[in-house]
Amino acid sequence: MVNSNGIVLQMKGAGLGYNGKAIVHDVDLEIRSGDILCLLGQNGAGKTTLFRTMLGFIKPVYGTISVDGRDLSRLSPKEVAGFVSYVPQSYAMPFSYKVRDVVLFGRTAHLGLFAAPGKKDRSIAAECLEILEMAHLADRSFNELSGGERQMVIIARALAQEARFMILDEPASNLDYGNQVRVIRKIRELAGRSIGILMATHHPDHAFMTASRVAVLAAGRLSHKGSPDAMLTPETLKSVYGVDVQVFDAPDDGAGTRKVCAPVVG
Amino acid sequence: MKSISLILLCMCVLAGICILSLGIGRYPVSPGTIISWLITGGIADVNVPLIMEGIRLPRLIAAIAAGGALAISGAAYQGLFRNPMVSPDILGVSSGAGFGAALAILLSMPAAVVQIMSFTGGISAVLVAVAVSRAIGKGNDSVLVLVLSGIVVSSLFGALLSMLKYVADPLDKLPAITYWLMGSLADIRMRELKTVLFMVTAGAVPLMLVSWRLNVLSFGEEEARSLGLHTGMMRAVVIVCATMVTASVISVCGIIGWVGLVVPHISRFVAGPNHRMLLPVSFLIGAAFMLAVDTVARSAVSVEIPIGIITAVAGAPFFIWVMKKSSIHSW
Repeated sequence: MVNSNGIVLQMKGAGLGYNGKAIVHDVDLEIRSGDILCLLGQNGAGKTTLFRTMLGFIKPVYGTISVDGRDLSRLSPKEVAGFVSYVPQSYAMPFSYKVRDVVLFGRTAHLGLFAAPGKKDRSIAAECLEILEMAHLADRSFNELSGGERQMVIIARALAQEARFMILDEPASNLDYGNQVRVIRKIRELAGRSIGILMATHHPDHAFMTASRVAVLAAGRLSHKGSPDAMLTPETLKSVYGVDVQVFDAPDDGAGTRKVCAPVVG
Repeated sequence: MKSISLILLCMCVLAGICILSLGIGRYPVSPGTIISWLITGGIADVNVPLIMEGIRLPRLIAAIAAGGALAISGAAYQGLFRNPMVSPDILGVSSGAGFGAALAILLSMPAAVVQIMSFTGGISAVLVAVAVSRAIGKGNDSVLVLVLSGIVVSSLFGALLSMLKYVADPLDKLPAITYWLMGSLADIRMRELKTVLFMVTAGAVPLMLVSWRLNVLSFGEEEARSLGLHTGMMRAVVIVCATMVTASVISVCGIIGWVGLVVPHISRFVAGPNHRMLLPVSFLIGAAFMLAVDTVARSAVSVEIPIGIITAVAGAPFFIWVMKKSSIHSW
């Protein structure tokens, strides 16, 4: 089944790892435009390896990864960037570029080797800042921004890339509570623009808030693929995180109910 | 646009220093005379065209090319290695060139061979550094491995150079080697200048053309790649161009430190971190700085002062001042 705008990012029976040695086995994974897939799992479970494969940095040890029916490991960096954008965890840059310029760097994949961005690229970049409500910071220096603002700018940069899929590495970690919620809201909005999203998170609550689907990466396998409500049961959470967690239904401002987690501490 | 006016301002400053520099020397010529000579082509004093065309103009062009080349490759390397503490000789080009020149001097070769061997030495050192990093990195070529290989190769060629100095004749060859290593624009003639100008142009133009992408590269290997940059090719372009430019300058001017490190900082302070502006501004400021320093070197006292000494003496306090002014904002 292919939905209306058709593009699928897909791993089939893939083994992921380095130097011919798989550390994550038999991955079957499929992301469509408009999907939000949340990836949960402990540190060191192989999320980074999975992302690196999805971005074409490393080839799968066995099995295939394809985007829009084409073998992703055969595409050039420029072609991959036309399909998949990447939002790394927030950080400081060695040089303090202006916010406007940082977003403009998202246009790289659309430019020739010797070209610099033109008027159209600038207006796309400005529009992306607008979408993330960061336009008022356009002339500020990136390194002077708060963690939440930086994350938004980097998401704007990925958006300016105009790729159909976006991979986010723990976009809401290291942010204060308000900014976590703001970032989550924006990610939901992006999915509404029919971008397919794969994000890693440490918080099952983030999955409940955003995800159309979840998957759990543990012990070298991808498991518990399905809807968050069905998959993220107290038993699963106990097995992933090793602590007791209760899951409740909470009213979500007119939009029905949403599940929330409450770890048992007493 | 603001950026164009900044470039124009830098050009005006450079032009002003050019006029002053042409007039200063054992045979002083007033700026007014020079300007009218440049515009009309006619002059009452027949000595002026001789001095200008034979001595001061080649040297002026050499200073502009050398300063601009060192500064632009320094700026490009700082972007490539994502580190504002990097200078153009991080991959060993200077020590390789020094070794090549010293070997040629030791073997009593003519000046042209000294230049060729110095150029070859500089290029070889960088090739060795790149080869070592590839062998160690096994394909996943990280910038850190490259820098470390560069440091290893640098110190290796440094040791070889020390050995040559140790065996060199202390009355004749050793002073020649030492003087060469301190750098000077005194021996530049039109013939070698043409070659250097060609090399500098051939290296600086591609660097300017890829300058915008240097920004993207400064985000680091993986992020740059996820943005669609062919990082390996990009890095090769920068290393080849910067090495060619630096080695050709060193081969005729000797080792001139500081310019490649300090000028990009000054330029970042003036023009901001975007390499699109940073590279041309670095070239212009580097050219102006080198020209000013060389004018002092040849006219301050009755003997010529090695230029490397002045760049360091003038560069160090200036660098400290720039660091204080810009401590947070520019990096």
